[in-house]
Amino acid sequence: MPATDAQQQEIELARRLVAGEPGAFERFVELFRNKLFQYSLLVCGHHEDAEEVAQDALFKVFEKLDQLREPERIRPWVFRIARNACLMKRRKSVFAPERELSLEELMPQAGEDGGQWKLEIADWSSLPEDQALRAELQRVVREAIQALPEIYKTVLLLRDIEGLSTAETAEVLGVSEEVVKTRLHRARLAVRQKLDSYLRSSRGNSSRGKAN
Amino acid sequence: MPAGPHRPSEECRRIFALLSEYLDAELPLETCDEIEAHLSDCPPCVEFLESLRRTVELCRSFEPGEMPGPLSEEVRAELRQLYEKALRGRPSGGAP
Ligand SMILES: [Zn+2]
Repeated sequence: MPATDAQQQEIELARRLVAGEPGAFERFVELFRNKLFQYSLLVCGHHEDAEEVAQDALFKVFEKLDQLREPERIRPWVFRIARNACLMKRRKSVFAPERELSLEELMPQAGEDGGQWKLEIADWSSLPEDQALRAELQRVVREAIQALPEIYKTVLLLRDIEGLSTAETAEVLGVSEEVVKTRLHRARLAVRQKLDSYLRSSRGNSSRGKAN
Repeated sequence: MPAGPHRPSEECRRIFALLSEYLDAELPLETCDEIEAHLSDCPPCVEFLESLRRTVELCRSFEPGEMPGPLSEEVRAELRQLYEKALRGRPSGGAP
């Protein structure tokens, strides 16, 4: 996956930061503080904890900045720090037990139509044009991601939201690339399943019909 | 035809497990070809792949529901001190 403009800009910002260029510090703090907060919020689940963890992580980032040899690796480097800060701070009791998602439970139901099998899923074909629906779906996506077991959440955040590569994500989380791929697929399937039930519910598809 | 008339075939199940890697172009070319051959003849798998593709698209445009509160000037000043110390510690860096 090629780096997006946003990713390129973040790397450029890291270069400017370590070169001591004026303005880079303010911009970096603003941008990466929010990233650290979003990561912590997904892992911790509580706003206050996330603020605290994100702040600890931000301090660590600047404490260790002299060790960042390659600014182009800023993103995995920062998330590695975020992950460690979350591990340090987390209160075990607030976490639901880790649960593995099985492929079986994420598979769509199959039905029959005129002797041919078909999937019992929503009509996804009209999504891109419908702006109001897309906004609503953003909310469903957010809730679906929040509801994922932590090991899936973090992979989805790093890969799909932050756009880290499989190798970078594996490095941040200290797992193999195969594990990243497996977890990412299941995380996406679980989000897909939630979106699908939303689309099939009365608010989603009833007024649209399948014929358009 | 790979898909049986009444339910997903073994091939559908095998491919189901690979769809994210397929979307991310992380599979060997040979496996991609196998998947494409199956898709060309299995509308339900095509439909499912499309729903997954759109899910990934929505995840990529994720909008955070909460933002952190404002950063206090005290914390900002402490961070700046650390930053300036780190710049002095870097091999190539000087004082800002
Ligand atoms: Zn199939």
